[in-house]
Parts: sequence; C-alpha cells; structure tokens
Amino acid sequence: MSKPEENKPETLVEITIDDEKIAVNEGSTILDACKQANIDTPTLCWAENLTPVNVCRVCVVEVEGSRTLVPSCSRPIEEGMVVSTKSDRVNTSRRMVLELLASSVEMDRADEEILEWMGSYGSKPERMGATNEIKTSSQPVKIQDDLYVRDYERCILCYKCVEACGDDAQHTFAIATAGRGFDSHISTEFDVDLPESACVYCGNCIGVCPTGALVFKTEHDMREDNSWDPDNQQVTQTICGFCGVGCNLELHTQDEKIVKVTSPSDHSVTDGHLCIKGRFGWQHAHPKN
Amino acid sequence: MWTVDPRRTDSAKFADVWLGINVGSDIALANGIAREIVDAGLENNNFIENATTGFDDFVAHIEPWTLKKTSEVTGVPIEAIRDLAHGYSAANKAQIAWTLGITEHHTAVDNVLALCNLALLTGHVGRWGSGLVPLRGQNNVQGGGDMGALPNKLAGFQDVVNENVRTKFEAVWGAKIPPDPGWHLTDMFNAMSRNELRALYVIGENPADSDADVNHARKALEGLDILVVQDVLMTRTAEMADVVLPAALGWAESDGTVTNSERRVQRTRAAMNPPGEARQEIEIISDLAKHLGDDTWGQPTARDLWEELRTVSPMHAGMSWERIENEGGIQWPCPDENHPGSPFLHERLWKQPAEGKLAPFSCVKDQPPVETLDDDYPLRLTTGRALDSYNTGVQTDEYSSPIRSGEALEISTNDAKKLGVLTGERVLVSSRRGSIEMTVKIDPDLPIGLAFTTFHFPELADVNQLTNSAYDPKSGTAEFKAAAIRVEKLVDA
Amino acid sequence: MPDIKFGKSLPTDTEKEAVDTAIASHGPVTIEVTERLVYAGQQRTQERRHLLLPALHALQHASGWISPGGLNYVCRVLEVPPAEAYGVATFYHLFASQPPSSDQVLHVCNDIACSLNGADELLTSLIKEGHETRPSPCLGQCERGPAVFIQKIASEDTVLFNADLPKISELQNENSEKISIELPQAGSPQLRLLTRIGIVDPESLEDYKSQGGYEALEKALEMGAEQIIEEVSTSGLRGRGGAAFPTGVKWKAVAEQEGVPHHLVCNADESEPGTFKDRVLMENDPFALVESMTIAGIAIGAEKGWFYIRGEYPTARRRLAKAIDKAKDYGLLGDNILDSGRNFDIEIRSGAGAYICGEETALFNSIEGFRGEPRNKPPFPTTNGLFDEPTVVNNVETLANIPRIVSNGGKAFANEGTDQSSGTRLFCLSGRVTSPGLYEFEFGATIGEILDAAGGFSGSGNMKAILLGGAAGNFVTPESINLPLTFEDTHEAGVALGSGVIMVFSDKDEITKTVHRIAEFFRDESCGQCVPCRIGTVRQEELLLRISDNNSVEAERNLFDDLAAVMSDASICGLGHTASSAVRSALDLGLLENKS
Repeated sequence: MSKPEENKPETLVEITIDDEKIAVNEGSTILDACKQANIDTPTLCWAENLTPVNVCRVCVVEVEGSRTLVPSCSRPIEEGMVVSTKSDRVNTSRRMVLELLASSVEMDRADEEILEWMGSYGSKPERMGATNEIKTSSQPVKIQDDLYVRDYERCILCYKCVEACGDDAQHTFAIATAGRGFDSHISTEFDVDLPESACVYCGNCIGVCPTGALVFKTEHDMREDNSWDPDNQQVTQTICGFCGVGCNLELHTQDEKIVKVTSPSDHSVTDGHLCIKGRFGWQHAHPKN
Repeated sequence: MWTVDPRRTDSAKFADVWLGINVGSDIALANGIAREIVDAGLENNNFIENATTGFDDFVAHIEPWTLKKTSEVTGVPIEAIRDLAHGYSAANKAQIAWTLGITEHHTAVDNVLALCNLALLTGHVGRWGSGLVPLRGQNNVQGGGDMGALPNKLAGFQDVVNENVRTKFEAVWGAKIPPDPGWHLTDMFNAMSRNELRALYVIGENPADSDADVNHARKALEGLDILVVQDVLMTRTAEMADVVLPAALGWAESDGTVTNSERRVQRTRAAMNPPGEARQEIEIISDLAKHLGDDTWGQPTARDLWEELRTVSPMHAGMSWERIENEGGIQWPCPDENHPGSPFLHERLWKQPAEGKLAPFSCVKDQPPVETLDDDYPLRLTTGRALDSYNTGVQTDEYSSPIRSGEALEISTNDAKKLGVLTGERVLVSSRRGSIEMTVKIDPDLPIGLAFTTFHFPELADVNQLTNSAYDPKSGTAEFKAAAIRVEKLVDA
Repeated sequence: MPDIKFGKSLPTDTEKEAVDTAIASHGPVTIEVTERLVYAGQQRTQERRHLLLPALHALQHASGWISPGGLNYVCRVLEVPPAEAYGVATFYHLFASQPPSSDQVLHVCNDIACSLNGADELLTSLIKEGHETRPSPCLGQCERGPAVFIQKIASEDTVLFNADLPKISELQNENSEKISIELPQAGSPQLRLLTRIGIVDPESLEDYKSQGGYEALEKALEMGAEQIIEEVSTSGLRGRGGAAFPTGVKWKAVAEQEGVPHHLVCNADESEPGTFKDRVLMENDPFALVESMTIAGIAIGAEKGWFYIRGEYPTARRRLAKAIDKAKDYGLLGDNILDSGRNFDIEIRSGAGAYICGEETALFNSIEGFRGEPRNKPPFPTTNGLFDEPTVVNNVETLANIPRIVSNGGKAFANEGTDQSSGTRLFCLSGRVTSPGLYEFEFGATIGEILDAAGGFSGSGNMKAILLGGAAGNFVTPESINLPLTFEDTHEAGVALGSGVIMVFSDKDEITKTVHRIAEFFRDESCGQCVPCRIGTVRQEELLLRISDNNSVEAERNLFDDLAAVMSDASICGLGHTASSAVRSALDLGLLENKS
C-alpha cells in the first residue's frame, strides 16, 4: 500500500534477476523487482492493497542460497540477491499450484489472467483424477441476503477476503479461516448466516476475491439468467455520492444500468475499499417506481 | 486513541479510553484540558511564542476550569481528564478529529475554537500527522464552501464584503455582485416565517424532512409564494414544490468535481445518461439564466466552469483539469501548476518567525444546550446516523440493507426500567415542539438520561419534529444534538 | 474493538467460571470505571489475546465442547471477534465444535507404532461397545502401545498405555501417574541425559538435588550470560528437534539484541509419529528441564520462558507444573533467583491436538491465540519470534543437555560423539524389537548397534524395513544397518535423523498400510494454509490408494514426483517440505510393490 509519508530518502539495492542486474528501491519485494523488470509473475493471494500472506505459493522464485523456493510477494530484496524466475523448479511449482487448485475448485469464473497462467504453465488438473473420484470443494452456494453471494466451491483460500474484512481494511472480522487442512474454509462463527454475523456489508471481500467465489448478488443473478455480458459493460471512475471521505468508485454499467461497483486499489483515498453505501447504495440511480 | 462522545459508539469501543461527556459540555472539557496542560507546564512555549496571540488572556480565561469543576460540568471523572490532557500534550503527533457532535450545537463555532485552543497550546497543528480534522458528512459539503455556496463568501473563501474581491469576480462574470452577505439556511427559514422571503429555489436538499423543528420548517415552506425544487428524486420537499426540475445524479450522471474532507478536489464522471426528463444541472441553471434574461451564459461544460474558477480562486489556480485527472485529485491550496497540493495546512506557523497572521487563542465560554431538562422533559435526546443509511433516506431507502434495523428510540437500561418499557415496545416521544410514536430499543451502553435516534426514516418516525432549531448565530447550524424529551409508554388499545 | 457482534447464546455458570479462572492473571479487556469512563482498546486486547488458548481449554474441560454460549463469553471478555475464535477452536483436534454425545471421549491412537500393536482392533471393539471414540494421531506412547487419550468433562485428561478393553472399562484414571518407568539401559555408565530417569521421584526437588540437580544453575549464575553462551558454542550442541541448528549461534543472536524483551520457548510439542523421548524426560525428570530453561533464560537475557507442551501429555504437564511451583517456592525460579538479582519465570501452555504447532512459528501463533499456521521465514524467530520479539526456541532434549555443558564445560561435551555431532543422542525404538523404549548413545553408534542394545529384531518373519526419523523421515532397508546415526552420516546418506525414531518392520507387516497411514497423517495434520501442502497431501494419499487398488506404481510415479516437488519446494514450512519423504523412500525401495 502506498501511503504518503514524511520525506524518506530512497536507497537503491542491486540484485540479479534472470541474469540481468537491476537496481531496486530498498525495502521492495522480489515481486516489486520482477514488475520493475517486466517479468510476468503469477499471483493469487497477493494484492497491492493487502498485506502479503504468501499462502498460494504461485509466485515462488528460486533464490541462490535458499534450500526451497521463496515467495516473491513477501520476500524483501537484499543486496546481491540472485533470483531466477524461469527455472524448471519454479515452473514445476507454479504449474502444480495452479493444477492442484483447479483440481479442487471451480475456476471458470476466475480472473482472466489466472486462466491465462494455467495455460502458459501447462497445468493439467485432470491428471489428479476424475472429479467424482477425488476430494473437491464442491458445495452449495450461500445466498443469505440481497447483496452478497458466497460460492465457496470457487474459493481457493487465498485469505484476501479475511484480510479485507480484518486488519487490512474493514476491521470487522466477520469471517475467518476455520477448520484445518483440506477442510479449512472461510466461515463466520459456527457458520451462522452472514446477516447474523458481524458483517457490515462493505463488500471489500468481494472487491478482492480473484475467483468469483464472492460476488455481488446483481452479478450472480445476471449470470444465472445469462444476461451478464462483460463485453457490453463500461467502467466509469467517479466519486461516491455519500459521505465526505471521497472514495473513488468504478461504476460498471451495462445497458445504462449500474451492475456492480468496485474501487481502484491504487487510489490513495481508501486503497480500493468502500462501505456498504458506496458499494451498494447506488440503487437509487434506478428507482423501482 | 481517546473518544469523547456522550454515547459509547463503535468508534468509542475501538478507543483505549472512552469519555462519556454530557451532551453540550464540549467547551467545558476543552477548557479544563487546557487549564490542566498549562497548570502542569506541558504547553509548547516555543510554538505559543512564535505563532500565537492572546495566550495570557487565554490562561486567565480558563483559570476557573479546575479539574474538579470540569468534571462536574462534563460528567467525566477527574483522572480521565488529567490523563487526556497529559497524553495529548506528551504525544509526538496528535490529531483532534470531530464531526457533527461538535458542530450541531448553538455554540458550534465556539466548540471548534475551543478545540483549536488545544492544538495551539501544544503545537499539534501545521505538521505532518498532527492537526485538527473536521470530518465532513457529505461528499461535497467542502466543495460547496470552496465554490462560494456560503452567504458571506465567494469562491475560494474570498469575502464578499471585500471590494477588490468583488471587482475581480465582476470582471470575469460581467455582472454586479451585491456587496452584503446573504442569509444562511436558518436565516432564510426565519425570513420565510416573517414573510420577508417569498420565493425559494432548493437544489438537492430536503429541508421538509431534514430541518430541526421540522413542523416549523414545513409551515414556512407552505407559506411561500413559489417553491422550486431541483433534485434527483421526488423528495418530500419536492412534493411541496410549485415547480420540480428533475436533475441528473451528480456522482453517476454528471461530469464535475467534488471536494472531500481532506480538501482533495476529485473528478466525478457521467457513467449514464440521466433518465426521462432529468437534465444536467449546469444546463438547467444556464437555461434559467436565459429565461431570466441573460443570454451570455451559453451552454458551458463542467470543464469551462472549472477553468473560470481557476482564474478567480487563487487556492485552485494550480489545479488544471488534466492534473486533477492524472493525479487522482489534488488538495488545495494549490496556487500554481508546479505546486503539488497541500496534504496539511498551517505549516507557516512553524516558520521562524511564523509567516502571515498569527493564530489567536479564543476565550470561549461554556454554554449549556439551549433547551434545559426539567420534570416535563427529563431526557436528553441526541441524533446521529447509522452506517448503512444517509440523511433522510432519499438515496438509501432504495437498496435492501441486511444490517438495517429501522428507526428506534434508544434509551439506557435504567431509563427503560423507570419507564417500564422493553425493547420493541411503542412509546410516545414528545419535545416542546412535537410528539411522535416510536419503538424503543434498550442500549446497555447508554448513560442514564440520554436517548438517541437516527433520522433516516421520516416516514416511520418523523424525528425532526422533536429536534430544536435553536442555532449558532455564527454558523447558522441548528442544535440537532440536544433536545429535551419526554417518553411515555403507549398502552395497546 | 469495533464491529464485534455476539450471538444470543449464553454461557453456563460452569463455563463462565472456568473462563474467568483461565484469564484471571489479566482480567477482561474492558474495564468500566464508571458509567462515563471505560478503558479498553487495542493494546489491552493484544495483551490478552494469548489467553484465548487457555480459555478454550477451560471451555472444553467444563462442558466437553466449545459451545456457542461459551465462545461468546470468551470473545466478550477477551474482545476477540467470534469468527476468529471459532477459527482457532476448529483448528485443534482436541476442541469439539459439536456437543459431545457422552461425557467422555476416547482418542485411540491408530498411528504407525500403535497399529503394529493392535490399535485398529482395539478401536473397532471400542466403537462396538458404544464408546465415543476418535482415531488419533501418534500419542507418543510408541514403546507401550496401544494408547488411548481420554478427555472427560470436568476431569483431568489422562492417557492409558498398553491399553485394552478391561483397562478402559475400569478407567484407571491415575494409571499413568503411578506407574514408574523401566528404562532399558537403567544403570548404564553410557547414560548422560537419562541418568536420573526411573531413579528419582519426579515430584521431589530433594531427590533431584541429591543427584546433582541445581549445581549447574549456581555455577551458571557465577559464570554470567556471555560465558554460558561461550560454553554452549564450544560444546557444538545442535538442536535435537530435527533441524540440527547450532544452539550457541541461536542463543548469541538473541542475546545480542538490545532494547526489546527476549523470550525462551521450550518446544515440547513432541508429535512426530514414533517419538516419545521428550515425554520420558518431562515425566521423569521435570526439574532438570526447569533448571535447563532457567540457565538458558539467564544466558539469552529472557525473563519469560514458555513451555509449550502437547495437550496429549497430561502427566508431563502436571509434573512440570509441580516442578515449576516447587522451584519457585525454593527461590530457584521467579524473581531474584538465588539472590542473584536475576528474574526468570516459566509459563506452561498446552497444545490442543495439532502436530503443526511443533513448527516453531506455528507454535508462536498458537501461544499468541491465533491459528497454529506457520509463518514465512525470514524473518527468523531470533529477531521476530514470539510476540514478534527475539526468541530462542529449543527442543526439550536440546535443553536437557545444558546443565551438563555448564557443569563440565563445553569442551568435555564436545569430546563425546563426533566432530560435527557432539554429545549423546536419544533414540526412540519401537515396532519389531525385543525391548522397545528410549535409548541413549554417544553419537556415532550405528543402527545395528542400537538395535542390538534393544535385543534385536523380534517377531515373526524377517526384518523388512526401518523407519528413521519418524513420519517426516525415511524408510531404510536392513542393508543400512551399519549407518552411523550422526548428523553428517545421515545427511550424506540422504536420510533424516529427525527426532531419533527407529521403528522396525517385519516382512509380515503390511507396510503399505503404514505408508498409507503416514500419508493420512500429513493430510490430517496439514494446517491448510498453503496450497502445495493443503491439496498436495490429499492428492498424495489418493495416489497411494490408487496404487494399491491398481497395483500401478509406474503409472503414478510422474504425478508423485510432481506432487513431491511442489510440496518440498514451495510449501511454507517443514511439514510440507517433508510430507512426501517417507512415501518417496517407500516407493524407491519398492516397499509398495504387491507381493503377488
């Protein structure tokens, strides 16, 4: 997260990535350095407006002197570090992480880039066995109110929603990881319905979900009746019409109607986070009567 | 983090310490804290000498505010006031943030000045991370002021009484500007009541629901010769109007700018065309000018208006339309195109010697709420907002919020016991101005004698029938936060 | 804390009382001084979060499960969001999130060693008899299985070993407390760590002192921190928990950091299947560990030591608690130890059924009241450990060496063993040996020598394989019998010394079943945080079952290699890194080929 700070001089650190030497700001992560070097690095649990949790392990790289691969999203660079992002070990692990995930959750509504990485790394989830013969996250969709839909068979447990609900944005802590191992899942306490939980419906969890496990009810309903048409949608950036914070909104419109609202994660006012009014209070633009 | 609030709100629960202050005793608390800071020798003498005036008078003024007296008036224990005074002055950086609990009082401006005194005393102003932070309740309440939507100011907070200022604007506008300040909202309603103000053009406001002592406001609106309302939805005020001008949504159907709490000017953009007969507000107003006989306005765009503003408002001069687009907004003042904008104000006070006018201490007097409690009206009513709703509900009624609990009169456990009522039961709530029926909700965190409600659902509970329209003569803000009420249990027929 | 919302369920009086007692040291977060003055806030909340685990234990103990009302109450007093507390509670096997059907739950160990001793049959019979049972991972009683861990509402937890139906029916609750240990090498002059085992009364400080106890602490106080660390460095002592890191280096790194509190953690979460060495030390020589920790605390400049002991070791916990109390009574622990002006105190924390909490950073999270999920390293515990402060984590056996190093000097210690593996090592022998149990040898002893000391292979058939180092270790064949069990020799041979497990299998045993159980163990014990381990351990188990069903080792080998690669290369912690090593060795040695 970029926050304006008091003047701090920047120090450059030299490292080697894929045989190229580059100078990177001290305190950067390997992922920052990869971006600077225009190296495409797959990420699932990383987001620029959240603290790295390094749980998905798809961004791993090889660092000279390290016994195992290291997550580029959270590992700070060090002077003289030698990083390899294209070795066989790296490619195998990235391919396998995507393959393992796709063998257990539905990925068809995942962000476009995730599907592209699966292709480019050659993931073949069907190798793990037929879906009816192996363990998967298959389960019914949760619809408990008019705003959210939680479709956990699409959940890759990237922890982003938990972070956005907790320390990194909303400080509501309505959801957390429960259970253990493969049975770990995102849950309210005792799995109570969302309206019974502490949830304040800021939608910041939906905002960060990379796989369509958490979606706006508007989007879910339109997908169900086959009217969801991303090619026919426009995105307009504007400012929320409610309080004085000045959150930036991205209005997604289709046929002159708002169909969902997001917020740019690189904008310093709220780093992409909103409240219930900004996220869902737009419906007076289309009054029912 | 300390929270001073009559209610233990969610923010108060976040805080390390919550002080449950008596409604309307903010100046007493600030003066008491100030006295303790001076008494303990914790004031920032270098800053005071360099940047302020009136310190000695101020010290004499706050002399009576001993911890004991402050505690008696505010209801807060002595140790807590002392801790707060010491904690605030010892902090490396400290901010005082407030919202309408400070400003919706008949002493609104004095309340703010009392807080400013604390910042001046400790030097917690004009530096990164320190300062005074009024949190704005609406997306462009700051921008409205910036643009001169104040009775005594032109755009950029320039005084209308200043002839040089007027001359500058007149040259650009090609029109004469009346030299006297106008009326603020409360003045206007009083003028309506006196039959002095006969025609009203309301843009995007719903005073028929939102004004304090709303019965009085409605009567005033009804008595007008002509009421024109320009709004995005058919509000209660619009229903009373002779002419309704349907307008485009500012945030979703119009191009323009708004200014947020941190003085950041940002772009709004039209994502859709306005529905039906609704039109852009710039168009409506320009056409109105034409119908009133001025053909020179034409059909300016938002950008045209912005470029004009930059020529007359020095604090906006450096904000080109492109910069606002590219930089994700800019904080004023921004006097020229090379200026990065200002994340905080008053840095000049730290220059040696301080630049510009020195900051004066203000000797402000504690004045309790206008409406006193008595046997007939023994409970203090204060109002506020809920997270998922907004003002009179015009924009928020339309969506279905899972966390909306409707309108209720929240009272303390002890008061509920005294009244013999339980959560969910109906009561008659009366102030000296009106009576409404409400549902009770017991809030165990409320202190005895305090009642609270939101005002988002005038159809369910017309709360502003109860609130007091007594107002601060300096700001014109009504004392929404302190009414006296009586609660009576309604027995099922 | 904002936005915390509690359900409507209320706690029972018993639950409330249990929780109040568990958090009594700190009290609740919110202090209502008057109706107009309330203290709470993030700092108070953070200071109390580590009480979550003890509070959950209190609830489980009071009513046999973590009830919604009980959890609400814990969350209210500690201001922990209920969703988070639920997430923590459901992380541990010993906390139930459903009401129990009986006042007693039997956790029957059916892990690799106990299942060689008839645990599966026992479990079947217990279920048939209508007991509420749960299959359990290794309970650390491998030399005397089958073992059953018993949780009973409002009673002390207890463990039955050499368990059978009559014993369980009688429910000799104090069984494990009374039985004294018979050490196979009792009286041998080779013993260093085990000299007092079975000789001293573990509850008697006098006994301990009569065997030289607390002489080292007195000497350590005279030596001072720097010299203690110097001696430990000279000794060449390396960690016995599995990673074999030089202890002196770790201590020095923490001792050198100024301006922040330091912590000492004794990792007693011994859960590696086949391992029971730490249990024997804790149960039978607890004062030695209290003394060791005190010396270590003084050396690294910590005033607080944490003894994190797995929940399935109730006897060890009780005896350690008594030893700590007694040491305090005699001025050997607490403020101003032996009038030296030095302070050091020890707090015991019980795990609740999670192998992963033996991973040092998972252990920190567990103590701190979070899910026992490992943290990414770096940063390392020596800089960012418990409560994000510099921390030394040492295994029980590692610490147990400290008094001897202090008393006799680092050089004397280094003279035993080999250059790179100084001192002695404890070995946990189980499976098909004549005298299973805990053995101590100078580093350098071969597998064969150790097996000989235990009376050699026993049982029908021939020795087929030996599991070295536990479930995270490797199988070797009898050809490896001359391998010296040092850090350097095992490393060179590509096998793991791990926690000193030597488990022997006969060609009549179903090794396939053992390998499946190992895969199942990792599947169950994966914390679920990172993708490679969470899904990889499941796919590994599925793959092994397919191999059994189809007799198709060849067909699955590519997939196995990929799974092993991603788990060992890209997992966050050692669990994932080693989850495929035993399976791989079994595949490489052809142990899974069908005999037909």
